[in-house]
Amino acid sequence: MEFSQAFRDSELVQRVIGEIHRIVTRDWVIMEICGGQTHAILHSGLDQLLPPQIELVHGPGCPVCVTSLELIDKGLAIASLPKVIFCSFGDMLRVPGSSNDLFAIKASGGQVRVVYSPLDAVKIAQQNPDKQVVFFAIGFETTAPANAASVLQAKAMGLKNFSLLVSQVCVPPAMQAILGSPDNRVQGFLAAGHVCAVMGYWEYPPIAEKYGVPIVVTGFEPLDLVQGILMTVQQLEKGGHSVENAYSRVVTQEGNQAAQAMLRRVFKLVDRNWRGIGMIPMSGWGLQPEFSEFDAENRFNVGAIQTKESPICIAGEILRGLKKPTDCPAFGTLCNPDNPLGAPMVSSEGACSAYFRYHRQIETTSRE
Amino acid sequence: MCLAVPGKIIDIYEQNSLRMGRIDFGGVTREACLEALPDAKVGDYTIVHAGFALNLLSEEEAQETLDALREIGDIEAELGLGDTDIVSSRGL
Amino acid sequence: MTENMLPSFEGPVCPIPLRHDDQIVMGHGSGGRMTQELIARVFAPAFSNDILAQSNDSAVFSLPANAELKGQLSVSTDSHIVSPLFFAGGDIGRLAVCGTVNDVSMSGAIALYLTAGFIIEEGLPIDTLVRVTTSMQAAAREAGIQIIAGDTKVVERGKADGLFINTAGIGWIPAGRQIGGAFAEPGDSVLISGAMGDHGIAVLSARGDLGFEAEVKSDVAPLNTLIQNLLEAAPHVHVLRDPTRGGLATTLNEIAKQSGVCIEIVEGQIPVHPAVRAACDMLGFDPLYVANEGKIIIILPAAEVDAALDALRHTQYGEEAMLIGQVKPAPAARVLMKTTIGGTRVLDVLAGEMLPRIC
Repeated sequence: MEFSQAFRDSELVQRVIGEIHRIVTRDWVIMEICGGQTHAILHSGLDQLLPPQIELVHGPGCPVCVTSLELIDKGLAIASLPKVIFCSFGDMLRVPGSSNDLFAIKASGGQVRVVYSPLDAVKIAQQNPDKQVVFFAIGFETTAPANAASVLQAKAMGLKNFSLLVSQVCVPPAMQAILGSPDNRVQGFLAAGHVCAVMGYWEYPPIAEKYGVPIVVTGFEPLDLVQGILMTVQQLEKGGHSVENAYSRVVTQEGNQAAQAMLRRVFKLVDRNWRGIGMIPMSGWGLQPEFSEFDAENRFNVGAIQTKESPICIAGEILRGLKKPTDCPAFGTLCNPDNPLGAPMVSSEGACSAYFRYHRQIETTSRE
Repeated sequence: MCLAVPGKIIDIYEQNSLRMGRIDFGGVTREACLEALPDAKVGDYTIVHAGFALNLLSEEEAQETLDALREIGDIEAELGLGDTDIVSSRGL
Repeated sequence: MTENMLPSFEGPVCPIPLRHDDQIVMGHGSGGRMTQELIARVFAPAFSNDILAQSNDSAVFSLPANAELKGQLSVSTDSHIVSPLFFAGGDIGRLAVCGTVNDVSMSGAIALYLTAGFIIEEGLPIDTLVRVTTSMQAAAREAGIQIIAGDTKVVERGKADGLFINTAGIGWIPAGRQIGGAFAEPGDSVLISGAMGDHGIAVLSARGDLGFEAEVKSDVAPLNTLIQNLLEAAPHVHVLRDPTRGGLATTLNEIAKQSGVCIEIVEGQIPVHPAVRAACDMLGFDPLYVANEGKIIIILPAAEVDAALDALRHTQYGEEAMLIGQVKPAPAARVLMKTTIGGTRVLDVLAGEMLPRIC
């Protein structure tokens, strides 16, 4: 089967959207956790086709957006060191630190390499024994196995010049933080399909029960997204709050056990500072003591980091679905993709950048 | 955080103590780590993110999902609700 | 409109905004917004004149009156820095010849002659240079043009990524032909001569950094014959442009801005080869922003579309030509796309460099 194409079938998408229109009777606020889903929704213009009663708000599922400013500044400091090859996913290159970004460091002569996989960074370490290779290990649970594999491989190969700057974050604590907030508006969740491919969805029933919200595991193609939205609306209309799986071709309730075992071996739960949101206890992963030699924060001492965040950036409220990018006074004027004040305007699936590229101009269009 | 694409496993081997595979994404091939799929065989489909195979992809489940969605459409067509309603509700 | 506003650093605002204002970064070479800003900020003020201000792929000009030239001349220059030098479907030499032949031809000119300047890195095998120049000769022969002047320089190891080639080209535009980015009119149709994204993906695949292999060949080809056949069948073409750096989306934006019109295209009509689509899906790229080196955007009166498509589809390199959209009066300087599921999305200019992403 040609999987991607089958789930982009426009006729089927139209039908499901029609069904959503048919059953919706009142306003609902639904959050999609994953930035990739935000991007896919706005990219396909799907949000324009939904009934006006459905408000989609965008969650903090953008590892680029939520990586703490302090860690970014540390990464930038390490990347500036001589004899360091700093490897990163492309997403991180334009994220602003307090006074710099990886692009600028590259231009100034720092060795910064974009990689598709952390395993490529291990290869680079193998090929450059006289350099220290550091990989910026951001990500949610989707990316954690790849990051874990890189550490396991480096250890098996006996590499002494490879380390990770770890910024792993977890979805369920973020969901709880949002739902537990007194100004929460979210009534239903589209859970991140690829996070669940790894972790399963056994963590969600207690959350659904505690806060009375339906949670539907959702994929990323247009058909997946509308199916997830339909199932969420169906539950909301009936007053349901259970966990359902709309991405069954990839996700099972228990998830990938072998992957989870790998993660338990390499990582342990730690407190994490989420940029724009603040400290969420036990919401991230750090390296287990067995692998502490691969922790870049241990290997490099870059001195005290003084961070400086833009005072007008409201990323935190946007990441929690409390405000839309268009609510921000700086949106589109002082803050735009060429000149970002905060991470959601830089990241390819940050809500602000997505709104800027896809949405705001359509609003201008429809007013003309 | 979740750009992952479906592909078919066309080769399996070990490299530097990790279980690896060659994946065909439809005219594009790349290697990916299969550590999390110890039982995967050549010919299986998987979903790959950042060079790591997250889980197997079930063609059967995919077909079932599509079939179920097609039924929604059919019922809806019987009720006579067409695209025009979507367009008018949005004022487009 | 944000593209006209450079942010102000004065006043009660946070001084953090990171613009790469003091040094060149790779994004400046991507062909997108950063490149445009660099041109506006540095090059245009230094060199401003009416001919340069045409902002097309080639400069169109006349000779002094007593030269009594019928028609006009078209001149273009391009530097080629592709790495690796050889890739599926082509090489830097073929690229250097075709790129400039095509730019000259986009004004409707009959391409005549090219010059070629070489900056060669110390240590390059002579055999490599022979392969490149042989390829250039083959491309020139295919295009029916001659390379009539050149230059060679050698720089120290490490200073030139193997080989850089600059080509400049000249052509003659028959009288009465007026084709350029400013001439799109509401009611016009928009055609594309073939599939998008082949060249960019082929080069990325050959480079090997991202570790994938794609069954994709660069589409690099001389398009002057295709253009002449097209113009014979559809003499009132308004705009011709090749979607190179920045891809289809960026190039359509340039035209929309120059002509002060809205260009609306339909996603489902744009041809993309399956392997290109698969590679873009994997990396998180949009094929509409990936470079092409053998394709043309054609904007022409709707009445001539059938004749144009017929001519294109029966000429080499135009076989997969498609009607992809139309020109509307408003919103001006905007490119809109109707997505496959029926939504509408604004297509913006590529901002910096397109990078593979995980999100």
